[in-house]
Amino acid sequence: MWLYSFKRILLGILIIVVSVSLLYTMIHLVPGDPVKTVLGPRASPELQARIHEKMGLNDPLPVQVLNFLGNAATGDLGVDVFKNKPVSTIVFEQLHHTVFLVLAGIGWAMLLGIPLGCFSAIYRNSLADRITGVISVSCIAIPTFVVAIYSVLLFAVTLRWLPAIGAGDGETVRSYLIHLVLPAFSVGLGWVGYLARLVRASMLEVMGETHVRTARAFGLTERTIIFKYVLRLAILPTITLLGMGIGILISSAVFTEIVFSRPGIGRLIFDAVTSRNYPVVMGSVLVTTVLFVASTTAADLLNGLVDPRIHHRGHE
Amino acid sequence: MREPSPATPHHATWRAVWNSLKRVLREPLGAFGFFLVVLVIFSAAGADWLAPYEANKIDIRAKLQPPSGAHWLGTDQLGRDIFSRVLVGGQIALKVSLVSIGAALLIGLSLGLVAGFGPRWLDNLLMLFFDSVRSFPTVMFALAVVTLFGPSLTTVMIVVIVTQIPIYGRMVRSQTLALRNAEFILAERAIGAGFIRIVTMHLLPNVVGPLLILASMDIPFVITIEAGLSFLGMGVRPPTPSWGTILNDGYSYIYNTAWPVIAGGLPIIITTLGFTFLGESLRDVFDPKLRREM
Repeated sequence: MWLYSFKRILLGILIIVVSVSLLYTMIHLVPGDPVKTVLGPRASPELQARIHEKMGLNDPLPVQVLNFLGNAATGDLGVDVFKNKPVSTIVFEQLHHTVFLVLAGIGWAMLLGIPLGCFSAIYRNSLADRITGVISVSCIAIPTFVVAIYSVLLFAVTLRWLPAIGAGDGETVRSYLIHLVLPAFSVGLGWVGYLARLVRASMLEVMGETHVRTARAFGLTERTIIFKYVLRLAILPTITLLGMGIGILISSAVFTEIVFSRPGIGRLIFDAVTSRNYPVVMGSVLVTTVLFVASTTAADLLNGLVDPRIHHRGHE
Repeated sequence: MREPSPATPHHATWRAVWNSLKRVLREPLGAFGFFLVVLVIFSAAGADWLAPYEANKIDIRAKLQPPSGAHWLGTDQLGRDIFSRVLVGGQIALKVSLVSIGAALLIGLSLGLVAGFGPRWLDNLLMLFFDSVRSFPTVMFALAVVTLFGPSLTTVMIVVIVTQIPIYGRMVRSQTLALRNAEFILAERAIGAGFIRIVTMHLLPNVVGPLLILASMDIPFVITIEAGLSFLGMGVRPPTPSWGTILNDGYSYIYNTAWPVIAGGLPIIITTLGFTFLGESLRDVFDPKLRREM
């Protein structure tokens, strides 16, 4: 188990290092000077040279990559030379907006998706089960940004129930929460489908196991069996799904933040990409990659703790 | 371990495909998916003569009109006919899907074979590559690629190809590993069969079915990427119509008229639902084992 955890964490770090180095290298190999791109063609040579020096672009590429990774390990993501602000400050000013959005989205999806999956499993192959199945697949298939735009059209433009853009006036919690409703709805809808399907499948699997048959033979009520013996085990795979799904969540957060003009890390990256602000692109991509790898690794390890069969599989 | 099925002659394969299709059509959801897919393919293929107007023809006097006999889905902010733009946009979405999934299939197939048959270190290296690519949130990766190469249809295809290669590569690799030491393969080797014979006669027939199902289930994902990037202004460049750019144009005028947004979103929903329903029933009919592997 320890060896497996060690290997898994090492692999996670390796993935971060490889992907970030690749991105860094790609940005600097592409024709066109990143400094010139942002400063414009009319910038004086002295200014260009100064920014060059400041961004450490005079060092050979491998040294730059190593410097970047080394600094990042100590929490220094470089400086946004245009705002003259540390990239880490910029990123962490935005991060909590995305975290709230993702938590709210996943939260309501769990509240609806897990009971829906239970319901389908208990009444399997009934008409209600089939309808739930179709709805789940549809929730998964429809892209987040279409859901987001249609929800704006329906709830903000036509019915005028909820605000369409922004994250509130920043003063009251109530205003923040009201502005969170539609974005969280868009982020979570697909997850209702994922969770319902997963819970249904894993419940059916557990219901076929011998300990459930034994419980039934002892004459326990169906309710006790479901809640005490089946659901407890069947809920476990959802942990992994949530960990693995963080990539999809980040992707849908980007779209949602743009549709609703919300602040957040997705919007930050989008704006940095469109303005070719490379230090911010690198910094925020690094932070999301670390978040992503950390949560997938954590989900993997947690699963290994719960289910000892996993780490044997890891060696194959 | 999966029992390898012996290679089948071609006409028998086609009959199997036909029988599976009949079984898919017997399922209401499969039939519905098939109907939607056929609808999308026909309207995209026939876009050039189905479209009542030239997709980029600007008529500023007729801007933002609701649906009418002259403009079935209304017009956008430049007075362009949205129905025509939706049809041509479908052509682009399907073109991106076919080209990029095709390329990803070929590359994934070769890399998967290399990983399965090759030396251990190469296998490990390829798996690290697959894991790294899959570990990147697709949109992040897409944004990074767009930063480098600028927005274009080619960029969209590169993003799709790179992100989809690992899916096919992994599947081919696991099939290869399962078959590599199967007795009938060892026997083939013993009588002197070469690598190419083993791959074409034994391996390919076993992976083609699952690969095609995976590919058909990937189409909604690819269409979502294309439309999503185009919506962000990072895919298809205006004035070329794409479902994503139609949505984006419409979203700017959402307080004036709802029609462009509805018209841009519906084809995305129809297509993703159609291919998903069809893919799901194909999988259930063709290869129930795949369900667990995914």
